[in-house]
Amino acid sequence: MSTLKKSATLSLLLLALALLLSHCRERSLPILSKTHEENGKLVYEQIPDFAFIGQDSSRVDNATFAGKAYVADFFFTSCPTICPIMTHNMLRIYDHFKDNDKLLLLSHTIDPKRDSVARLRQYAENLGVRPDKWHFVTGNKDSLYEIADDYFNIVIEDPTLPTGFDHSGRIVLVDPNRHIRAYCQGTDSLAVKAFIKDIEILLDEF
Amino acid sequence: MSSNHNIALTFLVLLILLSGCGGQSFQQGQILYQNFCANCHMDDGTGLAGNIPPLVGSSLVRTQQERIPCIIRYGQEGPIEVNGQVFNNPMAAIPQLSDIEITNIINYINHSWGNDFGYVKFEAVREALKRCEK
Repeated sequence: MSTLKKSATLSLLLLALALLLSHCRERSLPILSKTHEENGKLVYEQIPDFAFIGQDSSRVDNATFAGKAYVADFFFTSCPTICPIMTHNMLRIYDHFKDNDKLLLLSHTIDPKRDSVARLRQYAENLGVRPDKWHFVTGNKDSLYEIADDYFNIVIEDPTLPTGFDHSGRIVLVDPNRHIRAYCQGTDSLAVKAFIKDIEILLDEF
Repeated sequence: MSSNHNIALTFLVLLILLSGCGGQSFQQGQILYQNFCANCHMDDGTGLAGNIPPLVGSSLVRTQQERIPCIIRYGQEGPIEVNGQVFNNPMAAIPQLSDIEITNIINYINHSWGNDFGYVKFEAVREALKRCEK
């Protein structure tokens, strides 16, 4: 075989290998945010502006998450129903990405009357998590309830329930462009396992 | 049939009956545990780091069995120490559970996840509940 032929074969082989490898690469996550039309073009809605107070009394707003992805959920510290399992699963996510600076966590209380900054700080300290990595926020009740909707969560005050609240337990993944890219039921540990894979795919994107 | 056969058969029937009984009482305890306890203490009894105490390997459950029925029925306020760690989140009361249901839950906890804390008798639970009646 001539040298030319040899190198041609070699490059063909390399090309095939590259094709195979690219095929192996994980799919990228779809954008799941709500859409609306603007001048005939489809626009994905972003997580709106917000400003809350974190467990170390600092302001937590959109700038806190600039250039990062984050997972968000809604809970309250005295919740005897789905929250402890959700927090347990959030802790799994925290542990998995503890050393990855691209991901932060954001837990909103839906019970700002009882969940003071001090109480949230105690709760976070008990979990043993870093305040700059996992933000527990409180704030204006209406703002908290409104933004729940933007994170695909429903929060309703229901005085007939022993706990006073009804809420869905979704954990949502937001990308640096403030778009929702994945979510899961926070009480379902298998779903959370798959969700962690989704987070890995997103973090590889940037 | 020889008498040997009869004895063997009797033992076999007895064994099946007994194993059935044991399973039944834990089964009710297990279902109740999943409905009333697992949300906070988790399916595997590990609790929630720093905020909700574990039941698996718990020093408090092991050494203070008479306190458990009262905590289940009337809830828990204030700090409690489990395995050297202090927990201070309130636990809600579960007033709708009967004495026998509480007994079954405790026996499920006492024999699950590697716990070997022994059987608690219905009478003991009833006595404990009388002492802490509110």
